[in-house]
Amino acid sequence: MAKARIKLPESTKVGDVIEIKTLISHVMETGQRKDADGKPVPRSIINSFKVTFAGQEVFAAELHPGISANPYLAFFMKVPGPGELEFTWIDDAGVKVVEKMKLNVV
Amino acid sequence: MAESARLTVLSSKPDRRKFTLGVTASVASVGLAPALFAQDAGEGWEQTVKKVLGDAKPIEGKVLIDLPEIAENGNTVPFTVSVDSPMTETDNVRTIFIIATANPQPGVATFHFSPLSGKAMVAGRMRLARTQDVLVIAELGDGRFLMSKRNVKVTIGGCGG
Repeated sequence: MAKARIKLPESTKVGDVIEIKTLISHVMETGQRKDADGKPVPRSIINSFKVTFAGQEVFAAELHPGISANPYLAFFMKVPGPGELEFTWIDDAGVKVVEKMKLNVV
Repeated sequence: MAESARLTVLSSKPDRRKFTLGVTASVASVGLAPALFAQDAGEGWEQTVKKVLGDAKPIEGKVLIDLPEIAENGNTVPFTVSVDSPMTETDNVRTIFIIATANPQPGVATFHFSPLSGKAMVAGRMRLARTQDVLVIAELGDGRFLMSKRNVKVTIGGCGG
């Protein structure tokens, strides 16, 4: 899996509800397709996504083959204070991508 | 992230070519075997809904679904789903399920919210194999369910799963 992109507001205040946008490149192979020789192409998708803030769960998702390639997900968080967000994507092969980002709380 | 920014990100990846080929091939395979998918899907989505709801009767129409009326490319259909909820300790949305009734695998995604969520809303992009109804079910903190439905006409089907 390649590197993920995460977009947070440049600065926030305690109590703000902020939008968090994430994008990661992944083929999200459905397992329904056949290759040029007629052999089924094995399924390979990101099946799990989780976001925590200072160790507490914010948002989580179970993804299935109906999610498009290069999964984009946008969701919200009510800012409890300063801290670090941790994003984890896991695919069918068990490959894990973890990104950490500090939230700028003024 | 603006749409143009996203496209830049994608096209800068080395696997862009592979991805493009994959999309082309998936469109072709859906075109060849629609009847097969139709049968499986008809039974499938009701079971998926049953697994989510159990014996509960959902309240209809309270989930907001933002989906295009016509999706030109079924491989990437943008969606935003939300429930108007204060997201407090006592009044909140726990989970949102998206079910594409005519996809070979109807379950698209399950989203879990938390006391930190602030807002019960999520956006992403989904595959739709062909024209169909998309169901969105929300499970509330008090155990009740909400359900809404939207029909999307798909011009070129995505090999949804």
